[in-house]
Amino acid sequence: MKQLIEFNENGMYVRAADVYIDPWRPVKRAIITHAHSDHARWGMGAYLSQHQSIPFLKRRLGDGIYEGLNYRQSIQINGVEITLFPSGHVPGAAQVRVKYEGETWVASGDYKTVDDGISEPFEPVLCDTFITESTFGLPVFNWPELAVLTHQINQWWQQNIYEQKCSVVFAYSLGKAQRILQMLNPELGKIYVHGAVASMNEACIEAGLTLHTYHTVQPSTTDYAGALVIAPPSALGSPWLKKFEPYDTAMASGWMNMRGTRRRNAVDTGFVISDHADWQGLNNAIKNTGAEQVIVTHGYTAIFAKWLSENGYQAIDVKTAYEGETLINNDSE
Amino acid sequence: MKLFTQLFLQIDASTKINDKLNALYHYFNLTNEADKLWTIAIFSGRNPKRIATTTLLKTWAAELADIPFWLFEETYRIVGDLSETISYVLPDYTNSTSHALHEWILQMKAMEKADEATRKDFITGAWKQFSKEERFVFNKLTSGSFRMGVATKLMVKALSKHTGLHENIIQHRLMGNWNPYEITYHQLLFASSDEDEAGRPYPFYLAYALDDEQLIADDTSRWLAEYKWDGIRCQLIKRKGNWYLWSRGEDLITEKFPDLSGIAKSLPDGTVIDGELVAYQNGKVLPFNDLQTRIGRKNLSAAILNQVPAAIFAYDLLEFEGQDYRNKPLIERRQQLERLVNTSEHHGFVLSKQINFNNMDELRMIREGARNVAAEGLMLKDVNSVYEVGRKKGMWWKWKLDPMSVDAVLIYAMRGSGRRANMYTDYTFGVWNEAGELVSFAKAYSGLTDKELLEVDAWIKQHTLDKFGPVRTVVPELVFEIGFEGINTSNRHKSGIAIRFPRILRWRKDKTAKEADTINHLKTLLK
Repeated sequence: MKQLIEFNENGMYVRAADVYIDPWRPVKRAIITHAHSDHARWGMGAYLSQHQSIPFLKRRLGDGIYEGLNYRQSIQINGVEITLFPSGHVPGAAQVRVKYEGETWVASGDYKTVDDGISEPFEPVLCDTFITESTFGLPVFNWPELAVLTHQINQWWQQNIYEQKCSVVFAYSLGKAQRILQMLNPELGKIYVHGAVASMNEACIEAGLTLHTYHTVQPSTTDYAGALVIAPPSALGSPWLKKFEPYDTAMASGWMNMRGTRRRNAVDTGFVISDHADWQGLNNAIKNTGAEQVIVTHGYTAIFAKWLSENGYQAIDVKTAYEGETLINNDSE
Repeated sequence: MKLFTQLFLQIDASTKINDKLNALYHYFNLTNEADKLWTIAIFSGRNPKRIATTTLLKTWAAELADIPFWLFEETYRIVGDLSETISYVLPDYTNSTSHALHEWILQMKAMEKADEATRKDFITGAWKQFSKEERFVFNKLTSGSFRMGVATKLMVKALSKHTGLHENIIQHRLMGNWNPYEITYHQLLFASSDEDEAGRPYPFYLAYALDDEQLIADDTSRWLAEYKWDGIRCQLIKRKGNWYLWSRGEDLITEKFPDLSGIAKSLPDGTVIDGELVAYQNGKVLPFNDLQTRIGRKNLSAAILNQVPAAIFAYDLLEFEGQDYRNKPLIERRQQLERLVNTSEHHGFVLSKQINFNNMDELRMIREGARNVAAEGLMLKDVNSVYEVGRKKGMWWKWKLDPMSVDAVLIYAMRGSGRRANMYTDYTFGVWNEAGELVSFAKAYSGLTDKELLEVDAWIKQHTLDKFGPVRTVVPELVFEIGFEGINTSNRHKSGIAIRFPRILRWRKDKTAKEADTINHLKTLLK
């Protein structure tokens, strides 16, 4: 089998096209699966991504050379065919299909297999080799239905309204925050967002998405009783929260599935909302690619690769700089 | 089971005392008496017996989840909690149960003597009837070591609100040796028989650590000082011709101390003494380690009784001639206690002496010397204080010596469990030996802030040299100041030394591993 994508000190390298996918060091040309900071880094000579990613990339990385592609639109680089397919992770997130001399590889970046209402849903792509994450690659991670989560979060908000408290939800500013905004019932009350979330909301609107009405938290506003605030996880425990008192806090993360992390995080409530595939999601996605070889890049890589090997795949795990979903971050994931 | 699970979830989800109290109160209002009884039992540590080994549970769960055993093990290692791992690897079943908590517990009881196949059917059958959350609670119940994260005090408060009984009365009735299989809710709280009463201890009065010396200095004459002995806080009860020895952990330990029965013989019926159980020989208190070794023995041979004789250092008198003395002033209780000790001729019955001091400087010096008499520090008690229930501020203070400490290097790390699952929070520390190698001498789990834990966890993941099962060997680079209360020789640790109550005092970011302490330095503390 040909090694279409190599792993070197800079990232995932497509040698035949002399281009990198999600490199973690500055290179000439980079294809970016999505705009989270462990995949989209500063300093590349030129960026190629799905159209919708560009407004996010520009806000996070500043000026540069950005080129956008539509999903399923192919381009040729040195005879290598490159095509992007939706990965369902966040708006604009793409799997990269690389075809060359009869061989097909797919680098999926981060993905989830359920429809989140704002990102174009994951699409299985046939290939010989599939490069997968395994952030939640353990059999204890099985996400609740979206309808259940939507009910939970609105019910929690309603309870806080009843107690005349403000509701503060911590969620990544790109993707998760907008997903939650769309899950909320805007008729319950006013929805506010942190500045970092507002910036990503604007990028979403620029990318052509429609969002529920929201307000940005302003120093002049003082009455937040009954309102809901979406903030990045970095705001947890910061003095910025003071103005919302009295408030109840919630964290939206796949890690909230685990009691240990739920209790460790000093939030009042946890919602098991993740933009990564759960155990079933990973397994189904891999099966649907028809791949013989699977390369596991981040998460519970060793365990997940062993499991895949026992299930008839040629599976290996490699060390990369991707982080998946983390609980502490500076809102760059 | 639904109500109980809901109660558990509410308590588990909140960090606020008031939320927990309300959840308990509402639960007591809603549920039946048999479930109330069992809830009280579980909250006070009276768990149903375990009915399957962890290996069996893991095997059954892996089978039901249709995953290989190794994958279950790996997952469990990361989740850190077996009950949780089981409840989450299993698929969602659509069945549901209408059985109440006590019905499940009685079924568990019936399983204790059943064969393996029957127990398997019972447990896996139960798993299939439960939601994930119920399954978790059920697993905790069958594990034999369920802990609810609520202080007994809080449950007592909720019960008091629910029943209208005074908190002190409830607390007293919940102490001692009652068995939830043999008693009803009503009997427990409202109709205790005389026989049950005979062995029942009083709730201990516990002191807070003194945080401001000025409190004492302001009026030194107000305070009675005595040593804080390093043993096991206990209560000795003599009623109706029988005697009972209780530890502060509410364990009945009478049988472990046949050598103290003579004390009870010398006491009149209706006497309750609060004291410290210590190992004591030739007028000297032996290290705590010796007492612990003795308690650990299954068979109390004549040799061990000789080697490690026990004694009670009497602090206080709670009941005399069948009368509750707790509301009398300390000074009066002490006088009567002194008379009792003097009339008893048992050499293991010792008065914890009052220490005379004229001013703070003297008191400070006495405290500094506490270790010389194998004490942990001083106790300071208001001479007029009554004997309170539980931990109370103001009238009693403990003034312990600062811990001994060494600077040690982090060498191994393991994942924690429960709240710390999925993070490397259990550390083994080493100090330098003469050959210039790091030898392990202590494990410590506590002392860092959550933020520091995250930082150390991230560091460990990036600086792992080797993995052996759940243990990671890390680059010997981080230095921590480890505090401890006592030190002894040991052949369990490579270093030949065992320390008592090790904990992390602080992270010495200012020190390199080379600057950490040596084993010889530790040995100088042995004396």
